[in-house]
Parts: sequence; C-alpha cells; structure tokens
Amino acid sequence: MDMAGGKSRLTWAVNLSAALLVLLWVIPTVGLLISSFRDRDAISTSGWWTALSASEKNVIERALAPDEAKPEGDLWVIEGQVLEGQGVTVTAFGITSKEPEAFTPGDTATHARGHKITVQSDGHYRIEYEEEPSGNRGQRLFVRAETPPGFTLDNYREVLFAEGMGQSLMNTLTVTIPATIIPVLVAAFAAYALAWMEMPGRALLVASVVGLLVVPLQVAFIPLLKLHNGVGLGKGYLGIWLAHTGFGLPLAVFLLRNYMVGLPGEIIESARVDGATDFQIFRRIILPLSFPALASFAIFQFLWVWNDLLVAKVFLGTGEDELVMTGRIVELLGSRGGDWEILAASAFVSIAVPIFVFFSLQRYLVRGLLAGSVKGG
Amino acid sequence: MQQAIFAISTIIIGVFGCVAYFYFSNVILDRLLPAKGPNAGRNINRANAIRPWLFVFPALAILSIYLLYPVFSTAYLSLHDSSGDFVGAGNYTWLAQDEKFRESLVNNLLWLLVVPAASTFFGLVAAGLTDRIKWGQAAQSLVFMPMAISFVGAAVIWKFIYDYRGDNQGEQIGLLNALVQAFGGDPQAWITLPFWNNFFLMAILIWIQTGFAMVILSAALKGISEETIEAAYLDGASPLQVFFKIKIPQIWGTIAVVWTTITVTVLKVFDIVFAMTNGQWGTQVLANLMYDWMFRGSPDFGRGSAIVVVIMLLVTPVMVWNIYNAHKETR
Repeated sequence: MDMAGGKSRLTWAVNLSAALLVLLWVIPTVGLLISSFRDRDAISTSGWWTALSASEKNVIERALAPDEAKPEGDLWVIEGQVLEGQGVTVTAFGITSKEPEAFTPGDTATHARGHKITVQSDGHYRIEYEEEPSGNRGQRLFVRAETPPGFTLDNYREVLFAEGMGQSLMNTLTVTIPATIIPVLVAAFAAYALAWMEMPGRALLVASVVGLLVVPLQVAFIPLLKLHNGVGLGKGYLGIWLAHTGFGLPLAVFLLRNYMVGLPGEIIESARVDGATDFQIFRRIILPLSFPALASFAIFQFLWVWNDLLVAKVFLGTGEDELVMTGRIVELLGSRGGDWEILAASAFVSIAVPIFVFFSLQRYLVRGLLAGSVKGG
Repeated sequence: MQQAIFAISTIIIGVFGCVAYFYFSNVILDRLLPAKGPNAGRNINRANAIRPWLFVFPALAILSIYLLYPVFSTAYLSLHDSSGDFVGAGNYTWLAQDEKFRESLVNNLLWLLVVPAASTFFGLVAAGLTDRIKWGQAAQSLVFMPMAISFVGAAVIWKFIYDYRGDNQGEQIGLLNALVQAFGGDPQAWITLPFWNNFFLMAILIWIQTGFAMVILSAALKGISEETIEAAYLDGASPLQVFFKIKIPQIWGTIAVVWTTITVTVLKVFDIVFAMTNGQWGTQVLANLMYDWMFRGSPDFGRGSAIVVVIMLLVTPVMVWNIYNAHKETR
C-alpha cells in the first residue's frame, strides 16, 4: 500500500523533526544544569557533555623522601599512595617529564640512578633502592588518572551561603509576593466595573488600558524616580511594589475584564433583582467565577516580577538587603566571569522557582496567554 | 528576619487596606445615599452613577501616576538638558549625530527584522509538528519552558554555550565551539565577533519567544474548522499543501498578533544585552543606551528621555493597531 507507506514515513519524519526541535530547545538549559553539579576543575577542563564518562587528568606528585625509606631484606623500600582518597584509577605513569605515560600500572620502571619504581592502578606505589638512600626530595611520579563521573552540591552550598544568593532569594521574595497580590486585587475591582457597571466613558477607559499595554517601561523610570525622591519614598521596597503594580495593571485589567465580560449576564442580573449590592455580587459571584483568569494573571505577574532585572535596578538600592537575584547574577557575571560553577548554580537557584510554577500551573498560563493575545485578532 | 516581618506586614496592610477601601467606600456611599426614604429613587440613581468610579478609582489613580503621567513627563524632560534648562529639539539633534545612537537604532531595527520573524516561524513549525504527534503536549511544554526563565538566567545559559577558550587554555567547554571544532572549524569568540555577535544575542530572545508563538499558534490551528481540512484531503491535497494553503491562510490574524506582541518585546529588550555585552562590541540597543545615559557617572536625564521618546514612537503603530482591533471587537 503506497498510500499507507507514505503516511507512516510522514509520521516518522514529523516525530523525528519534533524530537530534534525539542532537543535543540532543551539542550542549552540541560548543559548549564549539569554543569551546576560538577566541580570547578571538571567544568573548566572538559565539556559538560562528557560529564557522564570518566574524565582523565594528568598529575605530578612527589613520592615520600628517600630519608623515609625502610629496610626490607636486602632492599630499602618506600611505599605510599598517589592521589589519596580521590577514588581515581591510574591508567599510566612515568618518572620523567619527557615520557610521563611510559608505563602501565603494575610495570616496573628503572630510574637512571638504579632504583625501581612501581605504581599500581589503585595509586599505590613502591620504590626499591639497593642501598640506603638519602635526601629529602622524593621521586617525581607522573600519573595519568581516570576520575569516575562525580556530581556535587558544593556549588549550591557556596552560592547560597558564601556568594549571597540566599540573601538575594529573600529579597526577591520580598519584592515578588506583594507585587503580585496587590495588582490582582486592584485590577479585579476595576475590571468588574469596566465589564458590568454602567458608567460614562467606559469605552474610552477600556481603550486607554489597551493603549497602555504596550507603553515601554523605560518611559516611567526618570519621572518616577524623581517623583519617589520628591515624596520621600526614595529607593526601596514600597516604591518597587507600587511600580510593579502600575506596570502590571494594564495587562491585569485587560485580561480580567475580557474574562468577566464573558460571564453569563443572567446570574448577575438576577442577583441584582434579588437586591444584592455590587460589592456582594463582586465578592460572591464574580470573584469565584473569575478564578481561572485571576490565576492566569497572578502567574504572569509572578514570573515577570521574579525575573525582572530592570525595574529592580532602577527602583531598588544595591545594598546587601535589597539586591535581587537577577541583579546578583549580573554582578557575578562581571566579577566571577569565568567561574562557571558559581554562575551555573546561581542561575539555577533563581530559575528553580519559576520553572516549578511553570510546570505546575502551565494550564492557567496558557489560558491567560490565549485570552491576552488571540482576542486582539 | 526583620525583612520577612516587614514584607509580611506590608502584604497584610496592603491587602487589608485594599479590601477595606472597597468595602467601606461602598458602605459610606450607601449611608449617604440610602436606597429608601423619600428620595429613594433619586438616591439609587446617584449611587449607581458614583459606585463604578469607586471600583475603578485605585486602578485609575495608579495607572495615571505610573504610566500616563510619565509619558508626558518624559516628553517634557526630553526638551531639557541635564541641568533642567530648555533646549528645544537640542537633545534630538544631538541624538541624530551620536555614533552610539545610530548604532543602537540600526541594531534595534535588525532585532525587529529578525526576532519576530524567526520566533513566529519556529513557533509555527513547532505548533504544526506538535499538533500531529502523540507526545505533542509534553513537547510543547519543553519548548515553552524558556518563557519561565529570566532573561538574565537565559543570558548565563547562552554565555556558557558561546564560551571561548583561547589557544593554550585547554579544551573548548562551550558547546558551540566544541561543535565547530568537531566539524573541523576554528573556535571563535562569538560574543565579540563584529556584526554577527548581534545575531548570537538575538538567538537568546528567539529561544525564549518561540514557545509563546507556538502556544498561541497551536491554539489557533486547533480552532480551524475540520471541514475545510477534510475537503482539501478529499481533493487530494498533501499534508504539506494542507498546512500551507489551507491552515496558514486561516490563522493570518493570529500570526499578526504574535508578530506584533514579539515586536513590542523586542523594542524593550534590555536584560539580554546588558548581561551579555552591556552594549560593547557593537551590540548596543536603545533600551540599554537609555539606561546608560540615566545611570552613568554624570547622568543626563534629557538625553535619556529623548531616547525613550524614540522607543515610544516606534511602539506607537502597534498601540494604535491594538486599540483599533479591541474597539472593532467590542462592537
């Protein structure tokens, strides 16, 4: 059946391309996520895609000094361990810098001065002298060792407690929670009035809200900073809550009004006929019915405020008790530019919460997006 | 700890204050204009005329102070210099000759051309592909996920991909350079590569915005009536023909909405450039240039405001189009 064959081939092609696309979109995040669990040396010597295979490294260590040699039969022997406690496997060793990998573990290398050196694969070494040696500089051992793949939480420990991300997490929470709740409340009342109450100029107000949707935030910075300084608010949490409320309101009013307009009018009318006040209607009927829209906007606002850098840079100070996570990461990008273990862990401390919110509440987010955008077309 | 108490008490005060305002303003209105007694009819009418404004007032006040007033204030400031003296169009003539401003404008236009087009294209491809497979929902989630990541987080993620190790600095740990090397090319310091570095920054925003485009376009594709599609298949159209000739023409409106929404986002792009290059190596954009003039050692609010006015003007067509559409729909 040519028809069926063509169809299954197409299905294959579609599945394959979709897989490729998803892979392309996920890989950047995965790369950094894996790196955030690797230790500093591993990140800077090998790509994250090698993280699951053992990594090899070359090290030079000195054996114990010849003075430490102990007699054993006719011989004087030094025994010890290279790369102690690192759980590595030695794959090759040597005794000169010209041939650092000349011998395989278990072989015996003979030094120009006559002593014999053996390194086992577990890192144990044994040096045999025929006469009592002296000196305090030990034999140099060149070792190639294989480290099993290892992951660590040290990076997270460091950024949270030593690099100040813990404090910044607190600051971000302090900014985000009020800046999410306040606009939802204010917008819900306004949206109800604009959807269901008779008032002159309603159409104009709705049009202005739609217009304000796209006003660039940058417009507000200079005038508002002057205003905040003028009324004594300065830079601080109260100022940034108000600013985020202002910037979030157009979308909030727009989304909520569009949703409320779609609620069945008969319920509201019959409640009015029964003598309910607008406040009662709002609290008992509109709010519960609008829950999906309220949730959508709340998620939007939460993600936006949590992820914001610009508004925080303008309206908050840069002191230890006010620097938000995004601001801290930008600072780290400057001061610890090449330290990927710090940057990766910091980034994921700030990304973790939004990602969790995203995956658990995606349904509402999508609904909000659709209500906010498709309506326009 | 103190901070947490401060935050929690403010939330409580703010939320209760809000609720109290709405509740008591309504109670007071009912007391002043009771719906009974000799003037009941007149009172009800008056109360009904006033009540909506009680509901709208807080939103209106905040919107006016935080968005409307700044628009005019910024326009006013843009006509003054850093010490507050009136200079007329002085800041704008300065802008027209400023090297960095021209660079920013050109870069912004480049972003405007590339990012909305690429995001919409990839979004459409993703929507078209995920619509037809069993694990489409999961696939959409993963492509959509970057939307939840901050621009700063995304900048870190991509800076790692573009990482470059010079000669003698060991293996390349950046994915892009490792790939280039694997295919026999020479590693590059992508972020400082003149002109092309702009595109490496754009890739970040495209990566983020594709999910948005995909979600909306996928919903639009699902809304297409089955009949037209079946009719096309019966007439012997191939799946590709159906996609391009039947489906896409029916969702042009949605494509336009996605395109313009991303356009507005692009005009405001700041974080990515700020975190990746801070406008160095020829990657400056308007929003970052404005920030620079606002917070450099000796800030010039006049010039900063003039740059904002330019951004504002660039956004205006989208604003008008949005209002026009919203108006058309309510009618």
